[in-house]
Amino acid sequence: MTTDSKWGKETLRQMLLIRNFEETADKLTLRGKVPGGMHNSSGQEAVAVGVMSALDPKDVIATTHRSHHHTIAKGMPVNIVMAELFTKATGCSGGRGASMHLADVENGHFGGNGIVGAGVGIAMGAALGIKQMGHKKVAVGFVGDGGVNTGRTWEAVNMAVIYKLPLIIIVDNNQYAVETFVERVTGGNDIAKRGAGFGLPSFTIDGQDVEEVHKHTSEARNRALAGEGPTFINALTYRYYGHNVGEKGQYRTQEEIADWRSHRDPIDRFSAKLISEGALTQADYEAMINSVAKEIEEAVDFAEKSPLPDVSTILDGVDSGLLGARK
Amino acid sequence: MSTTTPTTQQNPTYSEAFQSGVREEMKLNPNIFILGTDLVERGGHFAQVKGIAQEFGVDRVKDSPISEAAMVAAGLGSAMYGCHPIIDLNFIDFSLGAMDEIINQAAKIRFMFNRPVPLVIRATSGVALGGAHHCNSLESLFAHTAGLSVAVPSRAYDVKGLIKTALRSPDPVIFLMHKKLSGVRGEIGDENTFIPFGSAHRVKSGKDAAIISYGYTIVSAQKAAQTLAEQGIDVEIIDLRTLYPLDTDTINATVQKFGRVVVADEAPMFGSITAEIAATASEVNFRHLKGPIVRVGAARAPLSANPQMSEAAIPSANDLVEAVKKVMSY
Ligand SMILES: Cc1ncc(C[n+]2csc(CCOP(=O)(O)OP(=O)(O)O)c2C)c(N)n1
Ligand SMILES: [Mg+2]
Repeated sequence: MTTDSKWGKETLRQMLLIRNFEETADKLTLRGKVPGGMHNSSGQEAVAVGVMSALDPKDVIATTHRSHHHTIAKGMPVNIVMAELFTKATGCSGGRGASMHLADVENGHFGGNGIVGAGVGIAMGAALGIKQMGHKKVAVGFVGDGGVNTGRTWEAVNMAVIYKLPLIIIVDNNQYAVETFVERVTGGNDIAKRGAGFGLPSFTIDGQDVEEVHKHTSEARNRALAGEGPTFINALTYRYYGHNVGEKGQYRTQEEIADWRSHRDPIDRFSAKLISEGALTQADYEAMINSVAKEIEEAVDFAEKSPLPDVSTILDGVDSGLLGARK
Repeated sequence: MSTTTPTTQQNPTYSEAFQSGVREEMKLNPNIFILGTDLVERGGHFAQVKGIAQEFGVDRVKDSPISEAAMVAAGLGSAMYGCHPIIDLNFIDFSLGAMDEIINQAAKIRFMFNRPVPLVIRATSGVALGGAHHCNSLESLFAHTAGLSVAVPSRAYDVKGLIKTALRSPDPVIFLMHKKLSGVRGEIGDENTFIPFGSAHRVKSGKDAAIISYGYTIVSAQKAAQTLAEQGIDVEIIDLRTLYPLDTDTINATVQKFGRVVVADEAPMFGSITAEIAATASEVNFRHLKGPIVRVGAARAPLSANPQMSEAAIPSANDLVEAVKKVMSY
């Protein structure tokens, strides 16, 4: 199937933006610019962009500790994301959250998370809210292959099924949880089958193919809007870097990483397709790479120059105070 | 530390002290096993069990899925059955996904069914970088729960001695190791060195006032003591080592000796261990006190990822200096 040129270019640009963001932020983390470090999503761009390109900007997402790609694809400006990584006052969480706690609740980003498995439940609750209030939206909950071994994930899936909630569960399955290969800790070794066991449409898809991710998400969204309830999507992908910046474990081979990078890279695949279809010229592509690099450079500059949060605010906003503040 | 020190003569780290104690007990008790995430190859996120799987095999060091409730349940059921598991929860924050298994189940079995629950739940705790979901100080919650014991070692020696005691205990133990201490080296005891729970350690004796604390705050207290010494104030430092049982004898003796006492930790002060100590010590020793016990703790707020905000929320050495000066002013 040929790709719509406009959609294709924007999709590719977003994946390039994420890749450049992550590789830049990785280096900055090694230079001590990102307090607490970060989880690099390089290699997983097609999952984020494929899902988000099928959503309405008003749809809700809730995600994981590895969420820069989801967040950028959801539309948060990269300078705001970068500033949050730097824990600057101009970041989306005012520097309180850093890499793991990116959020923009107003615009449907219900947060990254420090707790594995928490995102699906929060998205499920948002889907319930959408249904209760009669809105025409969906919620998407992201979870990792490691996170699908938390009980809370399945409690949420079950609830979404019985209440027919407009929820899409996306397993951003990069096949490792820290240093643990998915097969070693996944009984039955078939995550989509687990989903199916709860009685909802459940698929394993190629998470390196941005169009496939987009198509499955669109279909899931249509079902959800038609009142048919949730969908479970296990998107197979791969992370190129360590679990967190600096991690260089011996748990996988360099050949395995090189194989995924050279044969299944989501950006290479999609750009090659667009070029072969004539939707994109090599010159366009290079211009796109350069413009993305410039955007990230400006984001770093913005983050560098932004002020730190005011330490006198550490007690602000713990609660609304409406029930009576402690004197 | 001098860079010329030959590595062979280096003392073990805080994490290695844990390994040492666990290894010794695993050799003696075949029913001890360890279960947690990323233990076999990585050796745990803080190297706390590095090499143990290679020595004892993967039946006794089990990599777990990320399933905290099932992890603690596995520990609880197998402990009731006769094993002595160490459930490694990585960060104590992740115990919140297993709170029923800990507080409703493990803590209450002996009282209700008269059965031992020889279970160790190990986790890394304390405030460091990491923000709201990785820096919860939950120790008062566990100490508050009847049926649980809580260890909070501040140095390698106590890590080893306390884990060895925990691995001979018939009761559930929450074993909290501070993030910022993982790599700190120190002497450790031999295979017969067991530190009893409920026995505080006098880190430094003094003449004028005392700081009672535990965990990383002991390091801050030592810094504060140096500053105070330069100003002519000689402060004693008591490291509680366990929060339940609590060494009330030492606490009472300390209050009686000085009448000027600071109690400090990095947990939010509202409803905390420092509140417990200040309240009970005042009840018992009121007439010995020269003035109120001064508490130093954290703000009642989640921790921020921004390092300056996080630091500002917890006590610094300087806060301890000021607190000691305050009790000295009575
Ligand atoms: C409840 C909980 N348990 C453990 C952790 C520690 N931890 C953080 S990320 C992670 C691995 C998660 O793997 P996966 O879900 O596959 O996500 P990925 O890192 O691959 O994106 C673990 C064990 C945590 N943050 N929360
Ligand atoms: Mg994973």
